[in-house]
Amino acid sequence: MAKIEVCSIKKEFHSSRTKEVVLALNGICLEANEGEFATLVGPSGCGKSTLLKIMAGLESKDNGYVLLDGQEIIGPSWKRGMLFQDFALPPWKTVKENIELGPKFRCVSKKERGELSNHLIQVVGLKGFENRYPHELSGGMKQRCALARTLANDPEILLLDEPFASVDAQTRELLQEELLKIWGEELPKSKRKLVIFVTHSIDEAVFLSDVVFVMTARPGEIKEVFRNPLERPRDMRLKSTKPFLDAKDFLWGCIKDEVLKAIKQGFQ
Amino acid sequence: MLKHLTETAIKGSVLIFVLVVWQILCGMIFPKTNPDFVILLPPPSMVFEQGARLVGNGVLFIHIFKSMERVLIAFVIASILAIPLGIAIGWWKRCEDMVDPLMEILRPIPPLAWIPLGILWFGIGDPQNIFIIFLGIFFPVLVNTISGVKGVEKNLIWGALTLGANERQIFREIILPGSLPFILTGLRVGLGVGWMCLVAAELVASTRGLGFMIQDARYLLLTERVILGMLVIGLLGYGMDRGMRYLQWRLLPWHATQR
Repeated sequence: MAKIEVCSIKKEFHSSRTKEVVLALNGICLEANEGEFATLVGPSGCGKSTLLKIMAGLESKDNGYVLLDGQEIIGPSWKRGMLFQDFALPPWKTVKENIELGPKFRCVSKKERGELSNHLIQVVGLKGFENRYPHELSGGMKQRCALARTLANDPEILLLDEPFASVDAQTRELLQEELLKIWGEELPKSKRKLVIFVTHSIDEAVFLSDVVFVMTARPGEIKEVFRNPLERPRDMRLKSTKPFLDAKDFLWGCIKDEVLKAIKQGFQ
Repeated sequence: MLKHLTETAIKGSVLIFVLVVWQILCGMIFPKTNPDFVILLPPPSMVFEQGARLVGNGVLFIHIFKSMERVLIAFVIASILAIPLGIAIGWWKRCEDMVDPLMEILRPIPPLAWIPLGILWFGIGDPQNIFIIFLGIFFPVLVNTISGVKGVEKNLIWGALTLGANERQIFREIILPGSLPFILTGLRVGLGVGWMCLVAAELVASTRGLGFMIQDARYLLLTERVILGMLVIGLLGYGMDRGMRYLQWRLLPWHATQR
């Protein structure tokens, strides 16, 4: 059985100004298994973030259902950890306080929380920055902090919504490698968590994932499911090899028309 | 050190210039052309003398304490009512829908317009004064609290939800601290408005306090005491504002304005 099962999800947005109804997602179906790194790629406005938020239980849907281990998702839960593009770190909490937030919500004792956050601060490489406020951190460090915060809850799956989109290009490459390491790329598949990753970078999608779901321009549908043949563990050097570039070419071929369509939609 | 001194000198230069010109004009030049002028605008030296006398016999402090006491009571009552109400309006749409029409009609009425009604209800004295000051503080605090709660980023709430927070925890960990900068701004603005209302309320309806003091001095043609009272009102208002800013700075080490 698949870990997560998304079945004929439909989502409409109602514009209060023009009274228009926009169909954002049109019967999305997909499956992803335990231990997989799955990526949703699509042009801007195709509803990939919306789909992820539906999986998180943060957005409502107009039809269909999402099953996690066969259980329908009806609301947000700490078992589905999430990373946001803008980090969503409360600015009044220090790095340490932010990381301990999830366990605090779940009433984990203060001592245990402290041990947990100390460990995670090491894992994401924020040693020495425990008592900084988010505005005193760089974008990359903020996202490390947010990642540690999500991991502190030891969730069953990870939902990442363009987590590296507001980080500079070089940091982004480093974070990609680091994410794979923290995720446990070297561990056997059964020890890893399922990750659903949203991005519009094809490069990122190929580098990170086992499976890539290509979405169409609005209304969002699944256009192609690409099983990534690249071996793990992976590092930066992979990006200049032929198999990597071939995979990128293939995906770009799938997505190009959709991007053009999305651009036209933008001008309507 | 030297730099610091020059800095202070630059900052104080205009103030000192005005005082000197005032002293020369009103103390030496104008009295020669018309002796009555001293009564209309006495020089700063006379104001200072008056200040020394009122400090010496303690009268000034009686008025200051009375005024401060009124503002403090009104401030506490207004905060206790406006902050929870503002949070409720900002958080529950239904609550906003119900309370908003009433608030929107009451809000534009200047507190001073309530003075006649206040006198009829409470007579002359503390309750009436406090009532007027309360109105001055209440609305700035309310409006700022509402926008503070509404301004909390949706993603912060979503983030907390995916970390397992329930509604109570969202409230305590996200909504309250997130709206605190706005609430403190509201309190600061409210205190300023309340202080202005205080003087107006005391002018017309009281027997003690700084507002009363200057009104009383007018009857006695003690212009220097009128001016003294005005200056004390200005200085205290400034002091309270600085106090609130300090509080903001201490309570919100993370806030954008501190960067």
